[in-house]
Amino acid sequence: MSKKKKYKYIGKAFTKVDGLSKTTGQTKYADDLVMPRMLYCKLLRSDVPHARIVSIDTSEAEAMDGVIACLTGASMPNTFGILPVSQDEHALCPDKVRFVGDPVAAVAATTEDIAFEALKKIHVEYEPLEPCYDPAKAIKNQTDLIHEYGDDGNVHKRVSMEFGDVDAALDDADEVLDDVVFFQGNTHLPMEQHATLAYPEADGRLTVWSSTQTPHYLHKAMSKVLDMPPSRIRIIACPNGGGFGGKSDPFNHEIAVAKLALNTGRPCKITLTREEVFYCHRGRHPVLMHSRMGLKKDGSITGIHFQSLLDGGAYGSYGVASTYYTGALQTVTYKVPTYRFDGVRTFTNKPPCGPKRGHGTVQPRFAIELQMDKAAEKLGMDPAEFRLMNIQPEESITANWLKIRTIGLRECIEKVVEASGWKERHGKLPRGHGLGLACSSYITGAGLPIYWNSMPHSGVQLKLDRGGGVTAFCGATDIGQGSDTVLAACVAEILGVDIMDVRVCVSDTDLTPVDLGSYSSRVTLMMGNAAIEAAEKAREKLVAAAAEKLEVPPVRLVCADNKVFDSEAPEERWMSFAQAVVYAEAKFGTIGTVGSYKPPRMPGRYRGAGVGPTPTYSYSAAVVELFADEETGAVDVKKIWIAHDIGIAINRALAIGQVEGGVYMGLGEALMEEMVYRDRRNGVHKIPSMLEYKSPTTLEMPEVETMLVEHPDPEGPFGAKEVGQGPLLPVMPAVANAVHDALGVRVDQCPVTPELVLSAVESKNKRSGPKSYPDLKITDTMRIKTPDQGGDGDADEPWRIKRKKKAKAPK
Amino acid sequence: MMRLPTFAYRVPTDVAEAAKIIREENAMIVAGGTDLWPNMKRRQVEPKSVVALRKLDALRGWEWRADGTLRIGPMATLRELERDKRVEEELPALWKAIVSISTPLLRNQGTLGGNLNLDTRCFYLNQNYEWRRAINHCLKCTGHTCWTAPGSTKCWAVNSSDCVPVMIALDATFVLQGADGTREVKAADLYHVDDGRDWLVKAPDEIMTDILIPPQNGHRSTYLKLRKRDSFDFPVLGVAARVKGNGSVEAADIILNAVGPAPVRCSEAEKALIGYELKAETIEEARALATRAAKPLDNTDHMPSYRKKMIRVYVKRALEELAN
Amino acid sequence: MKITMQLRVNGETHDAFFEPQKTLLEVLREDLGLTGTKHGCELGECGTCTVLLDGEPLLSCLVLAVDCEGVEITTVEGMARNNDPHPLQKRFAELGAAQCGYCTPGFLLTAQSLLEKNPSPDRETLREELAGNLCRCTGYLQIYDAIEAAAKDLQAEKGA
Repeated sequence: MSKKKKYKYIGKAFTKVDGLSKTTGQTKYADDLVMPRMLYCKLLRSDVPHARIVSIDTSEAEAMDGVIACLTGASMPNTFGILPVSQDEHALCPDKVRFVGDPVAAVAATTEDIAFEALKKIHVEYEPLEPCYDPAKAIKNQTDLIHEYGDDGNVHKRVSMEFGDVDAALDDADEVLDDVVFFQGNTHLPMEQHATLAYPEADGRLTVWSSTQTPHYLHKAMSKVLDMPPSRIRIIACPNGGGFGGKSDPFNHEIAVAKLALNTGRPCKITLTREEVFYCHRGRHPVLMHSRMGLKKDGSITGIHFQSLLDGGAYGSYGVASTYYTGALQTVTYKVPTYRFDGVRTFTNKPPCGPKRGHGTVQPRFAIELQMDKAAEKLGMDPAEFRLMNIQPEESITANWLKIRTIGLRECIEKVVEASGWKERHGKLPRGHGLGLACSSYITGAGLPIYWNSMPHSGVQLKLDRGGGVTAFCGATDIGQGSDTVLAACVAEILGVDIMDVRVCVSDTDLTPVDLGSYSSRVTLMMGNAAIEAAEKAREKLVAAAAEKLEVPPVRLVCADNKVFDSEAPEERWMSFAQAVVYAEAKFGTIGTVGSYKPPRMPGRYRGAGVGPTPTYSYSAAVVELFADEETGAVDVKKIWIAHDIGIAINRALAIGQVEGGVYMGLGEALMEEMVYRDRRNGVHKIPSMLEYKSPTTLEMPEVETMLVEHPDPEGPFGAKEVGQGPLLPVMPAVANAVHDALGVRVDQCPVTPELVLSAVESKNKRSGPKSYPDLKITDTMRIKTPDQGGDGDADEPWRIKRKKKAKAPK
Repeated sequence: MMRLPTFAYRVPTDVAEAAKIIREENAMIVAGGTDLWPNMKRRQVEPKSVVALRKLDALRGWEWRADGTLRIGPMATLRELERDKRVEEELPALWKAIVSISTPLLRNQGTLGGNLNLDTRCFYLNQNYEWRRAINHCLKCTGHTCWTAPGSTKCWAVNSSDCVPVMIALDATFVLQGADGTREVKAADLYHVDDGRDWLVKAPDEIMTDILIPPQNGHRSTYLKLRKRDSFDFPVLGVAARVKGNGSVEAADIILNAVGPAPVRCSEAEKALIGYELKAETIEEARALATRAAKPLDNTDHMPSYRKKMIRVYVKRALEELAN
Repeated sequence: MKITMQLRVNGETHDAFFEPQKTLLEVLREDLGLTGTKHGCELGECGTCTVLLDGEPLLSCLVLAVDCEGVEITTVEGMARNNDPHPLQKRFAELGAAQCGYCTPGFLLTAQSLLEKNPSPDRETLREELAGNLCRCTGYLQIYDAIEAAAKDLQAEKGA
């Protein structure tokens, strides 16, 4: 990169464009919308974990005064699901229920109270099926299968792949670490409960407002299940009151309420209760992991064999991707020359798991960072030094064919080590006090779309107004991360206008070009690059027209401060931005430009290579200081230092907010958040409430010192990388590692509860966590040569993908 | 949105009238509303009639009497009481219990009387109607089985009040006024029925009108609370302790709460302290005896075995605090 | 059966018409159209629906509207002064204290009440007083920054 450019907005802290709207109560979330004649919808949910539906009788409910319509699954036979390979959900279960909470019928009534009462008048007869709650049992053959599809028994997906010869690498090692680690499931808990308003228009079209992170995917699912062309359906994503991945699947309630609106010809709204939000779930998978790491005495890693067993819950959701993600990113932080990954995702009769902040990479990162700590201990090295000497080089390709661009991990580690006084304090604090370090990495946007296509991942259209206003249209959804602000800032920076002169029009499938959605930390990079392209095209037109009028060569013109001026005579030869638009419109006609973004092609070509690649990875390192009470096992986190390699911060205030928010959410996962079910009580969720699902309060949140590592990345807009998810990842392992520093015990499980800490203190081997790992019965491991072995990115025979001889994909 | 069912709402202005309505309409009482409204929204209870105490001026305020007795009107909010410096200094156990309750916002609304009459709580009870239907309801709420202890004929819902064990330890007296008249009851006697369905020894129409805490001449007291978060959470173990005597202990009270349907007095542990100085070995013996006094079950946050273990630690820490 | 009652909200008297079992939260949002007050659980477990009753922050999901006769109710829509956003509203917007914005009205009102009692609270006071409002986005830190900045603004106003 050339020398650092001077920007008006980029890199600075500035007020977000929707800030005052949110702080004055103006922002309309989905449940804030009301319409004349609006009906209220509620869903009847299964109260049994696994059963065939024998009959559903809605007649008594339908006869109630105020009940306008009832709906069952029979009228919506088409399935849907976020991934093309797991279209296994129905808007309402037509024939079978798979967990307590699965919806079977819907009611539309004139008040929410009547709708609620009507649910009690719907009679469902079930024929019970054997439930399965335990992944270890699910991998054995089952009589009552949860789904008819999948790999075997209640196994949804098996993955096994090997890059290089891991057995040989482990044989060759001086030490082999062998750890079994468990990461309990947890959930997003957005403050806003999901809500959807569906409006049937007189001309047969349907408009839907919803708290969704992915209006484009909801658009597709809605069209499929309702059997309506997408051109007649308009999805508008309202600002989300928090998402974190919890609103990135299309949901049954969104489709059921739309169907009720179509059936009744009236607007129809559904707002979930907090309990129902727990049933929507799609949060962190519980994952049991087994990791073997080979080490040389000099501190280098010879290879890793990593296994993961995922408890997927009742449906596919993003699960196939989640499974791959539990194996994908182990290689992008440290040099791992040989690597094998076996992953199994099972179906169980519990709410479905899916993507939560850090999707699928959080659990293995916990396991790997604990193992790195143990490895350093075994080798008698400092954990920070050990990590520093193993950092993956920049501009490299990993053993599993992931392309690495810039890496700021070294600087991240150095910064947190320095700021926390690590060298003087780690291993030297009084008993009970400890410091722990961990690192991580995350993708800046998934390299591939969720359904196969070669179209852009994000598109931006600009419309320039004669009065100097600019409207930026984009399908991206602001879920609180600040994407509206990033869009406006990118456009304002390039066109040289005030950010408040840019109006954003977002997440409306009728009005805005597709952006795939607010997931995988993709929006800033992808939307940002598309916005820059669109703005540069507009600037070209303005400059061309202004150059004619000002009689200076276009190359000398600069757009800044709401003006277009001659860089050699800024005071004499200039015009206002609005004048430039007027001249440009006279010269070229209506001014509208477009930009689009598609990630670069990735080197991996084997089956499964689609999960893991990204334009560029972000990196983080964190040090946690805590006090662990050896009598109670309680952990009190005192301070967290975190450094994040962000490329460049588009908006410093929002970037730091993302880091701190990620640390917060990570701390909740580290200490207290868990999704637990009562296996012996019909598989009910143990605690579907905000009181008993423990989200840290102000009193649990310690001081956080955030350091941004900024070296612009060639792939990012102005050099920016992701910040929304990565900073969460190092927190949990850093807590576990700090507990070891404090008390000399290993808690190989997350959350690190007082029970586990105490049991480790009281145990002989000073450890708590899972004791064994089941035999996954892996028989067919795909072999792929690493770059070092001279591979071509595809697998060996017979796993090689048969490619048709066609034109190469565009670069 | 979780909504309330319909009910007749009565707001009497005098206690006798309130008691009469409760008896006639089989009404439930609401003070601050932080316990009853959520329970009604979850349809744990669906009273046809609710009597509000908010306009009973006689139940408000608090004052220190000349003899050092503190009289508190049960409608005093927790927040008002925690801001009273004299409460903080003279009754540290009560003050600690109050400030530990839920959140500042809920303490603005919640009353001391409400906390002392808090309904018992259980993971199988404090759930929505739909959830409870999935387990076929529980003994306390229209069902036939206590899911906490399926063989049991009694309900194991937990007394989760922070102030109840403190009131017992401080030897408080409550004045109750019902349709049939007024009586005084010792705090220890109000909670002694060990069943989560019927945890208060009082008639439904008896309204708590006064909370009387006697002067704590020479007694030192404290309260410790186990929970996951320092805000919002109910206790899953509460330890109120009081001792008298410099040098050797003359009198001791150790009361556990949130370990079962009723608070538990650790009589054996108390006895072990009398006549001894609060030194390590005395405390060690007392805490071992205290641990035997309660058997928490799996119907609150934290593992029951862990809660049991924590009795040892919390009793020890409470006594150590009082020793200093 | 609905009842009619006068409610004082944000300095204005409203004739409200609602079912008597409705909470203040429901009446504000559904009968008075004041959707700035949000809800996250309706059971007193999150703090999202906080409003001020006679200046004290309370949870509107646990207050019956019929109990609010003669009470001055303040919601987020009533924080602006002469159509100028309250310093807290400005600072929250500016300093990243409102990410998704959903818990924001509750935090703003708790903070407003706090600053009226204690014009320059320290961090520890902020932690204690805000412990009844949950936020899933920010980790609270930028919320403290915003309140501290607003506290200075308010003091500067007074001094001016």
